[in-house]
Amino acid sequence: MKDASVVAARPELEEAARRADSRRGFLIALPAWFYLTLFFVLPLGIVAVYSFATRSSTGRTVLGDWNVDAYRRLWDSLVLQIAVRTLVLALVTTLICLLLAYPLAYYMATRRPMVRNILLILVMIPFWSNFLVRTYAWKVLLGTDGPVSQLSQALGGEPIRLLFTNTAVLIGLVYGFLPFMVLPLYAALERMDWSLVEAARDLYAGGWTAFRKVTWPLSLPGVIAGSILVFIPTLGAYVTPAILGGAKTTLAGDYIVSQFLAARNQPFGSALSMGMMFIMLGATIIYFRWFRPSGRDL
Amino acid sequence: MSDAVILEGVSKVFGDVHAVRDLDLGIGDGEFFSLLGPSGCGKTTTLRMIAGFEFPTQGSLRIRGVEMALQPPNQRPVNTVFQSYALFPHMTVEENVGFGLRMKKVSGSEIGERVTKALDMVQLTHRATASSKQLSGGQQQRVALARALVNEPEVLLLDEPLGALDLKLRQAMQTELKDLQERVGITFIYVTHDQEEALTMSDRIGVMNEGRLLQVGSPQQIYEQPTSRFVAGFIGEINLLPATVVDHESVRLAGGRLVAATTGTPAGQEVTVAVRPERLSLFGLGETVPARLNAVRGRVVRRVYFGDVFYYDVDTPDGVLEVKEENRPGVALHEIGEEAVVAWDPAATTVVES
Repeated sequence: MKDASVVAARPELEEAARRADSRRGFLIALPAWFYLTLFFVLPLGIVAVYSFATRSSTGRTVLGDWNVDAYRRLWDSLVLQIAVRTLVLALVTTLICLLLAYPLAYYMATRRPMVRNILLILVMIPFWSNFLVRTYAWKVLLGTDGPVSQLSQALGGEPIRLLFTNTAVLIGLVYGFLPFMVLPLYAALERMDWSLVEAARDLYAGGWTAFRKVTWPLSLPGVIAGSILVFIPTLGAYVTPAILGGAKTTLAGDYIVSQFLAARNQPFGSALSMGMMFIMLGATIIYFRWFRPSGRDL
Repeated sequence: MSDAVILEGVSKVFGDVHAVRDLDLGIGDGEFFSLLGPSGCGKTTTLRMIAGFEFPTQGSLRIRGVEMALQPPNQRPVNTVFQSYALFPHMTVEENVGFGLRMKKVSGSEIGERVTKALDMVQLTHRATASSKQLSGGQQQRVALARALVNEPEVLLLDEPLGALDLKLRQAMQTELKDLQERVGITFIYVTHDQEEALTMSDRIGVMNEGRLLQVGSPQQIYEQPTSRFVAGFIGEINLLPATVVDHESVRLAGGRLVAATTGTPAGQEVTVAVRPERLSLFGLGETVPARLNAVRGRVVRRVYFGDVFYYDVDTPDGVLEVKEENRPGVALHEIGEEAVVAWDPAATTVVES
């Protein structure tokens, strides 16, 4: 810093260095730029364009007769019902995941390093097999002849019919997305400086108060990351509701797919997709605003 | 002087590690007491037991006469200044300092007043609304002090609080801490591995090693009358020479020379003679050495210039002796290879176990 005057005497060199630096940065990011443009921006553009197109009587998409009819249909009561149901399900899934994952992540983060790694591997083991296969396994577990129902009957109760209900979808989603909540929470808690908790205890806070005043606020980055990682994919979940859910429990993902395939209404399907994208965007912004007061960069 | 903290027969076992063994210690009211020892000696565990972060496996711990061994930290009238300061990063300086008072449900106006006073005490009033992350190391240290002292604890526990600071700042903080302690009159228990810190600040020092409390005494007692080889060697520089006890007033060094030293150890026992380098003087062969001094002849094998002092290594039949001579006109300079006599006062000789 002391030599700043000497260095600043050659501003043209500094400028050149800055340009070279930004050029290098661009080159490094180039493959990602290319990939995202080709496989994300372009398809998204197509969806955006299609959402303003018209569906012909045979189910073909006519480009050229631009209108916003598809967007008007988003306000149909059926669509709104599906949207609300999807949002509620995603919120409940996120909340349950958080309630289950936080104690687990806390437990993991406070173990010896050896035990931590073993637990981490255990959390990730489900990823080793296909998601579809695992969801079908849940179909067996939750079915009328499945172990859950059998256990209930063995205890003298009624057979439990879980499959094709919202509860089954919820169970499947929580199961599928739990690791995405555990891992960011674990990362946040594992980084925690536990002497801060000791300091709180030393300053007359009880165990629960110390958690509320210190551990929780300091683990918020993990809570935010985990919640977004669970909430966003749950909003668009298709496989789990399709396999475990029933016809009466259509969710946004199902509905969009059905517009593209069964109903052959690409403009409406596209408009639905765009609408959902904006809901996700809005939700993400709200999340960040809500959990992260300004001026804190944890 | 009544005792602020009394530990009786306190032990702490972690798995198969004895961190603290059978510790007996009374710390007086208003005393600046240091626990000194190498890392892993049990000093921090002892402090953590007083704070309530660890519970003793055995023994009794009384704070102000009340048994506290198994009380949680929030029920104890003590506060801690952590080695890493442990300031809450999501709070401002003010919020950090007021945390303990808020937990104790002190009224808002009183909190404001006491926080201002505490910040004033550590000269940080101007940073009250800063985020604790924006502070320099020295400032963080002061906030940590203010955050603990604002609660007016019976005992303040300090866990190597100056360890993370650079040398100049550390020396300034030593003086500041000592002044502060005298001003507030609170009992300080200070854990450090830095002997200089312990010597300059403490009223009394307890030296620990391998879970045991080896010696408790004033800085002078610890430095000048160590009762064990470990204490002699750990504090400051010292020459340790193997010897055999002859009688209560003399021992025979390994090279065969008889030197005067007071000892209670029975004759014939193997012991170690300990003499500080600054208590040794070098005499040229032509000079007369006063008869009452212990004297050993040898050859200068090394001389290191330290600015204010010279260090000489003198090879004698009884072992190599390190001599510290002041760099002053009138103190003769000796060359490497020169024959010389190392002499010292018998009173400066300590006999410890071998």
